[in-house]
Amino acid sequence: MKLRNLMIAASATALMAAGASAETLRWARAGDALTLDPHSQNEGPSHTIRHQMYEPLIIRDVTGAFEPALATEWGPKADDPNVWVFKLREGVKFHDGADFNAEDVVFSFERAKQPNSDMKELIGSITEVRAVDDYTVEIVTDGPNPILPSNLTNLFILDKGWAEANDTVNVQDFEGGEITYATTNANGTGPYILQSREPDVKTVMVRNDNYWGIDQFPMEVTEIVYTPIQNAATRVAAMLSGEVNFLQDMPVQDIERVNGADGLMVKQAPQNRVIFFGMNQGADDIEADNVDGKNPLADVRVRQAMSMAINRDAIKQIVMRGQSQPAGMIAPPFVNGWTAEMDGESSTDLEKAKELMAEAGYGDGFSLRLDCPNDRYINDEAICQAAVGMLGQIGVTVNLDAKPKAQHFPLITDGKTDFYMLGWGVPTYDSEYIFNFLVHGREDDIGTWNGTGYQDDALDEKIKSLASNTDLDARNADIADIWRVVQDEALYIPIHHQVLNWGMAEGVGIEVDAEDQPKVKYFTMN
Amino acid sequence: MFAYIVRRMFQSVIVLLVVGLVAFSMFRFVGDPIDNMLGQERTQADIDRLRGELGLDKPFPVQYFKFLQGAVQGNFGVSYRQGRPVSTIIAERAPATLELAFVSGFLAITMGIALGVFTAIRRRGVAANIIMTVSLIGVSLPTFLIGILLIYIFSVELDLLPSFGRGETVMLGNWSTGFLTASGLKALILPAITLGLYQMTLIMRLVRSEMLEVLRADYVRFARARGLSDRVINFRHALKNTLVPVITITGLQLGSIIAFAIITETVFQWPGVGLLFINAIQFVDIPVMAAYLMLISVMFVSINLIVDLLYYAIDPRLRVDARAT
Repeated sequence: MKLRNLMIAASATALMAAGASAETLRWARAGDALTLDPHSQNEGPSHTIRHQMYEPLIIRDVTGAFEPALATEWGPKADDPNVWVFKLREGVKFHDGADFNAEDVVFSFERAKQPNSDMKELIGSITEVRAVDDYTVEIVTDGPNPILPSNLTNLFILDKGWAEANDTVNVQDFEGGEITYATTNANGTGPYILQSREPDVKTVMVRNDNYWGIDQFPMEVTEIVYTPIQNAATRVAAMLSGEVNFLQDMPVQDIERVNGADGLMVKQAPQNRVIFFGMNQGADDIEADNVDGKNPLADVRVRQAMSMAINRDAIKQIVMRGQSQPAGMIAPPFVNGWTAEMDGESSTDLEKAKELMAEAGYGDGFSLRLDCPNDRYINDEAICQAAVGMLGQIGVTVNLDAKPKAQHFPLITDGKTDFYMLGWGVPTYDSEYIFNFLVHGREDDIGTWNGTGYQDDALDEKIKSLASNTDLDARNADIADIWRVVQDEALYIPIHHQVLNWGMAEGVGIEVDAEDQPKVKYFTMN
Repeated sequence: MFAYIVRRMFQSVIVLLVVGLVAFSMFRFVGDPIDNMLGQERTQADIDRLRGELGLDKPFPVQYFKFLQGAVQGNFGVSYRQGRPVSTIIAERAPATLELAFVSGFLAITMGIALGVFTAIRRRGVAANIIMTVSLIGVSLPTFLIGILLIYIFSVELDLLPSFGRGETVMLGNWSTGFLTASGLKALILPAITLGLYQMTLIMRLVRSEMLEVLRADYVRFARARGLSDRVINFRHALKNTLVPVITITGLQLGSIIAFAIITETVFQWPGVGLLFINAIQFVDIPVMAAYLMLISVMFVSINLIVDLLYYAIDPRLRVDARAT
């Protein structure tokens, strides 16, 4: 009897111990981080992995709002609009035990501005970073920069001493094939510590029990095993068989299947990415159509008619299986400058569209080539195929040319397409980013993705002035004005906002964030 | 003999050069790697700088020449996607592919010969007919479908075997092996079957038809008349004589097992060179594609060379011809 009790007690303890220690997040997605060097490769999956081990001054939480990370407070300096002041968190240690202070921040920003850094464009406006004391840093910009914090959420801080000791003061020369200590090792302040890594195969991280926020965040995952699985069917099978309990890059056609399986569920949220068509309206004549000496796309009525011909609800129901949100403007919903009214401005009206076509002198229609990627966005080619049929109804005969992304995107940036699909995400959560790349006339370093040929000097000036306008109300009014022009000119044909799906096993608790960047410290496991 | 070898070697080098030339002239159509390498915030200046650095602004014969220059010195350049030397990456990935190829090749040969002999001897038996019918599936179903099917049955439904990856591996020097851990061996089963199934059915059908042919031969009939046991006749006399063509085919098939592991590796996320190649195509990682294609052609060319030399050693008629000319 005594022995039996003892055994029960022993096995109960063993069970509890196992329960407490074995909260492994087995996480899969399509791709792997390209390198661990915090300032090389400004790319989604790489940042996602780094976020578990390194921290920036500020991060975005699950809702996209700013949350203090290594900085506790920040704001523009009272007497100088060109300076932002950051108060740093005290008592933080790097994984190797070194103390975190202002010196590390100054070092990391200087490192991120090196020529080999991939982050240098994002902090191009910064001219100097100086430590005021051990826990205060001032960032000087070349002019007032009201949205500076938005550019810092992926700018990771590493330890100066560690970098010097391991000869990784310089960012790796990625294209030159340089491998430094920092490409394969990590020493951040983050919630998880790198244990092992085989690129493209497996990355293992364990919980940092000395993390400053260990009591503030759930931190219930004790070990992360990250495995990229490229083939979509295999990825889903790994989830169905229980080998994986958290899945990104869920194929749309398998959502119902995973939701229907025992102990699995799919959570979704609108993604920070809007899908749309661009039209070359600036040229006098275009190569992709059958109209000689004229450019039908230069007529705003034609562009409006084409937009009216697209049935966004049908695309949502049939092509996307419900996994999209029809769009009326080319800004994702949480971006500053987005309004529900403008996002609802798209409508399907074939009669009106035909009238507009007739008014513009194209009652008999014309033909046009549509360039479309086939491996970049969710069901990209299928969306284009649907659009071909819809545009055919108003007499626009579309020839679809779908290609891999590596062939498609150069067409847009080199100005070799007159009608194309593009998707856009807004890492800064501000309309200025969209205007800079998609609305401003194309120049060498601005308007680089504007393939519409649209250019308006007054509008360009207004876009440029946004960067240094510190009066936020006036700035927002300007943003609204610019959007009004974009909408009225039918510069683009918005299609929809993509929806993000994460698969998870029962017990794994996390909300989907719009950046597609799970931060494991927020996960609960039970 | 020496002249023959030299001539064959010379031909092999030309084949390799042509393969490289064709490969390089095609890379332009795969897409522009710059686009994948720089983020959406890049400027025209960034694009021009990188293009210049990588030498992509040069015409393809120049790029090809530079590649050859490096390759001769054992330097295959740097992967655009991973930013590491291609030779390091391939050396890391090769053990996975070679182990998989070895196991599926072994499976294909042993099972293929055994089943081939069985179906030849029990030609009219029910079991033999079932095996022959099932083998048709092995030949006709595409590899990716077999893989997905196996995953569905053994991983999702029965929960017996892993659906992806290599399991735990152990490093023996520079060689990572999955043979020494239980999870590594378990992970091998499904991919090895998927990859070897086609070769197995091929060998089985070959052995069977050769065997049927031989069993009708006079010497087998005489052996029977002598009262030798079936076992001795089937295995010592008949099987031995069927193996000559089987060995030839098997040698050539070994090359294709390694080369065509691409699909199996993609389905099972097997971290070998085939998966590396698929990733390289999607990313337009020219150095990796070039190195892989050259490696595979070197392999095929050398297998062919060895086979030819073996023929030369085995077949006296070739030698006589060589002397006459």
